[in-house]
Amino acid sequence: MLPPSPGRRAVVVAGLRTPFAKAGTVLQDATAVDLARHCTRELLYRTELPGDEVDEVIYGQVVPSPLMPNVAREVSLLPQLPRTVPAYTLNRACASGAQAICNAADQIMAGHADVILAGGVETLSDVPILHTRKFSQILAAASKARSLGDRLGLFAQVRPRDLVPVAPAIAEPSTGESMGQSAEKMAKENRISREAQDELAVMSHQRAAAATLDGRLALEIAPWFGGRGMDQIVDSDNLIRSDTSLDALAKLKPVFDRRYGSVTAGNASPLTDGAATTLLMSEEKAHALGYRPLTAIRAYAVAAVDPAWQLLMGPAYAVPIALKRAGLSWNDLGLVEIHEAFAAQVLSNVQAWGSADWSRRLGLPAVVGEVDWDRTNVMGGSIAIGHPFAATGARLVTSLSHEMARRDVQFGLISICAQGGMGFAMVLERVG
Amino acid sequence: MSAFTIERRGGVAIVTFDTPNESVNKISKAVGWEFEDLLGRLAADEPVKAIVLRSGKPDTFIAGADIEEFVQLRSVEEAVRLSRDGQLLMQKVADSPKPIVAAIHGACVGGGMELALACHYRVASDHPKTQLGLPETQLGLLPGAGGSNRLPRLIGARAALDIILAGKNERAKKAFQLGMVDELVPESILLDTAVAAAEKLARGWKRPRKARSTGAALLDGTPLGRLLVYKKAREAVTAKTGGHYPAPLRALEVVRTSLEHGMQRGLEEEAQAFGELAMTDVSRRLVEIFFATTALKKDDGVPAGVARARKVRRIGVVGSGFMGAGIAGTAALNAGVEVRLKDADLARVGKGLKAATDILAARLKRRRLTPQEYQRLRGLLSGSGDFTGFAGAQIAIEAVFEELAVKRQVIADLEASVPSDVILATNTSTIPIQDIAAGARHPERILGMHFFSPVEKMPLLEVIPTAQTSAEAIVTAVHFGRAMGKTVIVVADSPGFWVNRILSPYLNEAGFLLEEGVPIETIDAAMTDWGFPVGPVALLDEVGLDVGEKGGKVMHQAFGERLAPSKVIAAMRGDDRLGRKNGRGFYFYQDGHKTGADGSVFQLLGVRPAGEVDVARVQDRLVFAMLNEAAMAMSEGVVRTPRDADIGAIFGIGFPPFRGGPLRTLDAMGAAEVVARLERLESAHGPRFRPAPVLEEMARTGGRWYPADGR
Repeated sequence: MLPPSPGRRAVVVAGLRTPFAKAGTVLQDATAVDLARHCTRELLYRTELPGDEVDEVIYGQVVPSPLMPNVAREVSLLPQLPRTVPAYTLNRACASGAQAICNAADQIMAGHADVILAGGVETLSDVPILHTRKFSQILAAASKARSLGDRLGLFAQVRPRDLVPVAPAIAEPSTGESMGQSAEKMAKENRISREAQDELAVMSHQRAAAATLDGRLALEIAPWFGGRGMDQIVDSDNLIRSDTSLDALAKLKPVFDRRYGSVTAGNASPLTDGAATTLLMSEEKAHALGYRPLTAIRAYAVAAVDPAWQLLMGPAYAVPIALKRAGLSWNDLGLVEIHEAFAAQVLSNVQAWGSADWSRRLGLPAVVGEVDWDRTNVMGGSIAIGHPFAATGARLVTSLSHEMARRDVQFGLISICAQGGMGFAMVLERVG
Repeated sequence: MSAFTIERRGGVAIVTFDTPNESVNKISKAVGWEFEDLLGRLAADEPVKAIVLRSGKPDTFIAGADIEEFVQLRSVEEAVRLSRDGQLLMQKVADSPKPIVAAIHGACVGGGMELALACHYRVASDHPKTQLGLPETQLGLLPGAGGSNRLPRLIGARAALDIILAGKNERAKKAFQLGMVDELVPESILLDTAVAAAEKLARGWKRPRKARSTGAALLDGTPLGRLLVYKKAREAVTAKTGGHYPAPLRALEVVRTSLEHGMQRGLEEEAQAFGELAMTDVSRRLVEIFFATTALKKDDGVPAGVARARKVRRIGVVGSGFMGAGIAGTAALNAGVEVRLKDADLARVGKGLKAATDILAARLKRRRLTPQEYQRLRGLLSGSGDFTGFAGAQIAIEAVFEELAVKRQVIADLEASVPSDVILATNTSTIPIQDIAAGARHPERILGMHFFSPVEKMPLLEVIPTAQTSAEAIVTAVHFGRAMGKTVIVVADSPGFWVNRILSPYLNEAGFLLEEGVPIETIDAAMTDWGFPVGPVALLDEVGLDVGEKGGKVMHQAFGERLAPSKVIAAMRGDDRLGRKNGRGFYFYQDGHKTGADGSVFQLLGVRPAGEVDVARVQDRLVFAMLNEAAMAMSEGVVRTPRDADIGAIFGIGFPPFRGGPLRTLDAMGAAEVVARLERLESAHGPRFRPAPVLEEMARTGGRWYPADGR
């Protein structure tokens, strides 16, 4: 154990999220701003934090609406806050929420801020659909055209194929490989069986269902007033299936390689809508305002691999760096949260950390550690709960912080894989 | 000290109107003389080529003529002369050889608008506080300083009648669209723009005329078209005023004379009409109401200086039904405060939030809110199934079911959940506040806030302190009610408070009339003819027969036989009739619209509807039931002043404004006459009409509610 870090500590005081919902279902009419504002406002009320204590809002969003590119500022313009709270939105792909929290922690430790709201939001029901480049250029030119004739001339150039809308795909721009294809590739190269993947998925659902039933997840959710009459209450995540079984999952067809594949809709995280916000403070400020903080941000690390190799292997590298920065070893960890983009990816990461052979192959200095599933993803993970990209990091920080407090665990780890071959790891420490 | 200062910018004299020691600029006789003098000097001042007129007050240009001077008028001739003087002043402005430009920011209404109309060019700021209009008919008058002549000439008969007859103020943008102002600019460049326009006009530049649409040209631009316009306007006014308010029709005649026979005759008729209207009782009453509401806005309900209002940033509302949602939405809309709505389950909270949001959405739809403002205000509304967020509120208002035990429980729950300095208000229409507060640990922070339904529309709020309520709680509630846009009266904690107290015998009497077989429409028409916006039977349907029944019982219990309810409501309730809310009442309802009277009440009562009915006797019974009770409540000290009493009746139940309120009505008749008529009613209909002792006393001594000089 290292001596305590000098100077200021950034602590997690509270966190709250919307229910996570399958894209196109109960949250489909809400905008990202609606969702982000809802859980942030409710967090302010639950903590009774005076709005004028907030120094900054940092939010993550991976697929922002071009009409509302800085969702963080829209959150900081909640009428419960002064209009003078600065805000920015960042994009570290699926680690955006975690990155927002770590940026907040950095600002707090640097003494630039005392109170920051940090989180993330995604509405995959509301992805921007674009025109083709050519049609956009014609529209732009037409808006500047001097006469009706010029305008008609421009539109005469439009061909039917120019009118086909362009939707963003979840694919790597550098390789053209979709996220699912990458997971499929990793399953094959790392020899992750279909059964192992499905088992992880079943565990995820069962644990999430149990945590919903015993109220641990409900505690983190600000109920949503849904429907036209606002009287359809959504107070839990609608993707969790307590009745999922290995048999049921085994019936699903692989999506990305129909003949030899093993990645199915059942062992991958679904497209999800949701938002999550955490309240971070300097430890001093938290005590001055009378809060009992849950955890402190002890360390974090980001790493990246060549996207053309194993796209989701970033955590294999990020985790040992974060542990080193925290001055801890794997065995100091009482709880671990691994973001489940795909079961194949989780099991690949786990294998990389735990096997001497794999750590040699990956060029890691030593074996990182053996995952103990009794202490890992104890309330389920993204496969069951859902994965609104940028919101996931903030969900994990809140969930882990609460569970560390409940179990009185001293150290906890969060691991997140992200687009672009990136991996993100964060170490939380119990305080108070 | 002078109200005007002059500053020169090149050849332009910038005249700043800033009445010393007043919060707003008003055009009084003295100001008029000074301005005339100033115009004379500027005319003789060679280097001055043009004039810009602006206000030195932060958010008003000119708030109108000095109404205090209207009150002093003692004869038609005197009033005609006042109008004439105003017209001459405006004519001097219009005839000025040096062009005058009005730079308008803030309210520009009444006499201020007339002055702006006489100027040669008008530039207005696009600020929300900038409003232009001619509200004179609201005071039973008409624009008497040339406004009735100049506005129709500037913007056409149709648009001008729309403003003058309704006494409307328009926001700057609309005023610009209508052509009331020539330019609309941000406040930051208002003066520069006005100066530039003045310089151009001085060089001989002509103000461009606004092009009219074909339809407008046909209607406003031809005698035949205008004939149609006048006809339509007359029909609309007659339907709206029921013949009780002479001013709009006189104004219509003046506009017509002006447009059809020239401005000379128009101005003569304008002054004559102004003079005659100023002497009518209707105008007197409306002016009194204006002064009363102005004075009420400065009255905190406790002696001045005793306590200061706390700043309210957040309120909690318990109970998300119709009332709670109405309070929530109106508080967010008008007071701009955060609202936490609480109810037993989240689905009910959600319904309440939706209803509150709909109040905002209605404004958005009518373009009274921008989409951005709507989004921001919507963000003020939130709720939960517990008291989350209540601890940081300054006021918590309960609006749960009207049942003492339930309300007491809510107070107990609140006391357990919020700090001891959060004011607890109970929204009840009849239950005494002291009963609700009994057993509370901190009774000093408990009071009643009686809102009327629908909250977003009804303008009155009764604040009801108990003997223990702290002055700070009272002042805070009064200020907050005002911020919600309500006219607030502070009344005593007596059953029914003020409004429902005087309403109770009135509604009972309507029931007795029904028992005697007087047709529903006859009763209601009698009272709308008398000047009420709705009749008592229709009102029962609106209030809800369940609510009416409950209230009736409370009042009967508290005041005995005098306020014993009729059998009608019980009979109706027995037939599952609740009024509008379940679409079954004294009237038929279709899709929420009243379609006609439902005579089945007479079958329920087993009476045959009467044929011939003496409407005057129906009116007498209903009106005197209310007036007698008003006198009784006054003598018990239910209301602090006759002013509050009359304003409460006008804003709370729509007592006809032109009658000035129940106490003004009593004064107008004289106590002796009132007592005599009550005695006749008593001998015909029983002791419920026994004259209030205070009225008998007044009859003996010649006493009045208001001093005899009218103020």
